Amino acid sequence: MSKTLAGLAVLLAAGLCQAAELSVADLMQMLGQKKSGTATFVEKKYIAMLKQPLESSGELAFTAPDRLEKRTLKPKAESVVLEGNKLVLERSDGRKMTVALSDRPEVAAFVESIRATLSGDRGGLERFYTLALSGDAEQWKLNLTPIQPRMQKVISQIRIAGKQAQVKTIEFLQADGDRSEMAITSTSAK
Amino acid sequence: MKPRHHKLALFVWLALMLASVLVIVQTRFVADLSAFMPKVPSARQQMLIDQLRDGAIARIVLVGIEGGDEAERGRLSRLLVSQLAHNPRFTSVQNGDSQIQQRDQQYFFNNRYLLSPAVTPQRFSADGLRAAVQDTLDAMAGDAGLVVKKILPRDPSGETLQILDQFIGESQPNSSDDIWVSRDGKRAVLLLQLAESGLDTDAQAAALADVRQTFDHLPARHVATRLVMSGTSVMSVASRDTIKSEVERLATLGTVLVVALLLLVYRSLPLLLLGLIPVLSGALVGVASVSLGFGHVHGLTLGFGTTLIGEAVDYSIYLFIQRAGGNEPRHFWRTIRLGVLTSITGFAALMCSSFPGLSQLGLYSISGLVTAALVTRYILPGLMPARLNLRDLSGPGLLLQKSLDFLTRMRWVMAAALLAAVAVLVFNPQDIWNRQLNALSSISKEQNKLDAELRGDLGGNDMRYVASFSAPNQESALQLAERTRPVLRELARQRVIGGFHTPDELLPSQASQRARQAALPHAVEASRRLDRALDGMPLQANQLQGFLADVERSRSQPLLSRQSLQGSATSVLLDSMLIKRPNGYLVLMPLRPTGEGAQSDQIALDKVRAALERHQLEQVTVIDLLEETTAIFDSYTHEALVFSSLGSLAILLLLGVTCGWVQAVRVTIPLGCAVLCTVAIFDASGIQLTILHLVGLLLVVAIGSNYALFFANKQQLGNEVEQRQVEVSLVVANLATVTSFGLLGTSSVPVLSFIGSTVAIGALLALVFSAMMARIRPRAHHS
Repeated sequence: MSKTLAGLAVLLAAGLCQAAELSVADLMQMLGQKKSGTATFVEKKYIAMLKQPLESSGELAFTAPDRLEKRTLKPKAESVVLEGNKLVLERSDGRKMTVALSDRPEVAAFVESIRATLSGDRGGLERFYTLALSGDAEQWKLNLTPIQPRMQKVISQIRIAGKQAQVKTIEFLQADGDRSEMAITSTSAK
Repeated sequence: MKPRHHKLALFVWLALMLASVLVIVQTRFVADLSAFMPKVPSARQQMLIDQLRDGAIARIVLVGIEGGDEAERGRLSRLLVSQLAHNPRFTSVQNGDSQIQQRDQQYFFNNRYLLSPAVTPQRFSADGLRAAVQDTLDAMAGDAGLVVKKILPRDPSGETLQILDQFIGESQPNSSDDIWVSRDGKRAVLLLQLAESGLDTDAQAAALADVRQTFDHLPARHVATRLVMSGTSVMSVASRDTIKSEVERLATLGTVLVVALLLLVYRSLPLLLLGLIPVLSGALVGVASVSLGFGHVHGLTLGFGTTLIGEAVDYSIYLFIQRAGGNEPRHFWRTIRLGVLTSITGFAALMCSSFPGLSQLGLYSISGLVTAALVTRYILPGLMPARLNLRDLSGPGLLLQKSLDFLTRMRWVMAAALLAAVAVLVFNPQDIWNRQLNALSSISKEQNKLDAELRGDLGGNDMRYVASFSAPNQESALQLAERTRPVLRELARQRVIGGFHTPDELLPSQASQRARQAALPHAVEASRRLDRALDGMPLQANQLQGFLADVERSRSQPLLSRQSLQGSATSVLLDSMLIKRPNGYLVLMPLRPTGEGAQSDQIALDKVRAALERHQLEQVTVIDLLEETTAIFDSYTHEALVFSSLGSLAILLLLGVTCGWVQAVRVTIPLGCAVLCTVAIFDASGIQLTILHLVGLLLVVAIGSNYALFFANKQQLGNEVEQRQVEVSLVVANLATVTSFGLLGTSSVPVLSFIGSTVAIGALLALVFSAMMARIRPRAHHS
């Protein structure tokens, strides 16, 4: 998810290696340039039991290095704020639930796939996933495969696609064959 | 005394001793600290405090495993659980292990149609089901999608979510590799529930010993690992052990010290033994009277026995030394009698105290002192050799007289001390009263710190705010809890409270369970309604056969009872909220503060009360236990202040009536100074006074008045030799008092050390000030 875009330096750097095959290091460097951004998202969940996908939408906000907020507006208002090691879930009635990531390795793996990608944190990604990158700076695809068996039982792969420092889609493939797809449209970035 | 009378006295004395021994043999001795906790005014408060001390909450033991590395701690945690799980001394043993958690999850999932408050006939109509399923799908679209997806096939109406809803906002213990660990990750934590109630300290001690032993013998345990435990039971066992060993230590040391002092003065074994007769008699009668008066004797009362040694031995000291020359100083017995009377007046004030421990102490001291005085008066003279071979004390006596003369000339020192004391008290900004109830507890700072840490680690169940009521039986208790729950839920929604628990969340009343069963449609009807509900939805009824089967099963499943929860973590929570008492049930519902805003750890209880009242739930009381105990303590400090003042006043009246007002004032001034200076010394050393310091001050007045009386007694002044003898006896008596109370002052049990240090300092000051002020200077008198 998320937003972003690049500052002048990023554009420049991106321009330079445009034609070349993109390396993970390059991508991470590119992604790491941005400081903050907001975006809107539309997420579709394809579930075997259901004839149609479930759709939700809302807003995303990222502030480097480690704050990520996902505010769902439809079909039900709720929000998730991730800051450092703390994940706070807030429901429409104002009640909150706090989870420490260090407690829940599978939740940590889950949220790091997004946060570490947005902040260009290669170490954070490689703690939980093996990385496979394809494409060039204009159209890259990063596939994350979970390392932990516990995580593998839930998620088989996460596919992130983007253009330069901008993440466009995030797709979660679940171990049971269901999947979800999130399309991200950047609204502002620095 | 005529020999015939003496024989009679001896006979009475022997009979009394025998009777006392007989009583004592059958006496029950207790050693918990409850006797030094005030009896609270209302039965409800008493009940609540009893619950926290002895009830289900007190049966919880918090355990930590420290040292070694994380893997080793985790291994030991699992081993400890597997070994203790079958020990009948524990009703629950948990370490966060997912197997045990699964048992709880299964309870909630399998019984969801009886547990969910949302189950009503409307919800299971076609329209109701449709709305419920839509809600569940919406939840599935959101952040909790993965969890909801799992329950959808069997729980499309989302009853499990309704139940889980109650636990949102709870702080859970941290876990690592599937078991609970502390916030800092440096210890593995476990939660045990003891089978025995807090009233049976022996059984609790045995269970705790089991834990330690099991831990020590865990196979291949790394030597660097260690076990820490906390909880009410751990603390009460520890204080009992401390009190036991302290009482033994103090009694032994006190006896040794006083015996050594007396040997030094008397240099005669027979005189020493004679001198101990009143003490021993006093102690026996004292213990027997407390046993008869209270039904049991508290260990701490015995601890105070050392002080009785200190005071009772005074009488024989006065007798032997003052009669060493074979002459009987005029008015000797009169002075003794007055001294005993003043002491009794002081202790009588103690008997009025609401602290059972203090009234025991009062009765013990009065009966002990009266016995000691009577034995000194009527038994000792007959047993004394006609001429006492007392060591010649004239050498030290002369020296002493010189020092006392010096003190008498130094009266201005007393004035200076008084001024300094007043200055300290006026200018020291510190509150001279300690308002913390736990100031009296013998729990060490380290233990308290550990306790706070472990509670934090395990999710902080410190029960400060409680909504509570009693009910005649379990069913009515649960029904009332069910009526209370919506009110509390509304308060949580308004952010007046952060959260709460009620027992019916875990175990609904039978009536509700039946009503919920009745709300579920039978199989054919359920299937029909589901078809209609799903019309146009992305879900098909044939995917929900599990749901229909579960609904059908729930309609006729046996109702849930306490047994259904056996062995789960939930049962521990239920036990702490739904408490069986001899004549009914007590319900305690913990309320959590919101954790938001300026007073994030506080709850505006008036709003809670108002809301309960609006819903005709007046029988549910809300209590801030912290404020409650502080208030109770304040009121008892106040009470102690009143009875100490009255006691002191009574002593002054007694002195005034018996020796005239001039004399009374002469005696009073040094005593008053001693009290003020003692308070100032504590204040200046940063020690805040408790109710027991106050009691100590009363004793200073009671004991100190004896010194002042002897010093000030004009009629008693014979020649200079006699005067010297009186003074030597006073100083020796004072030394005995200071020694025995000073010894108490070293105790690690605050109750003993507070009184001990106060009396030791105060009595010494009383002697010095009396010598300065009350003493009639023989030289001036003779010249």
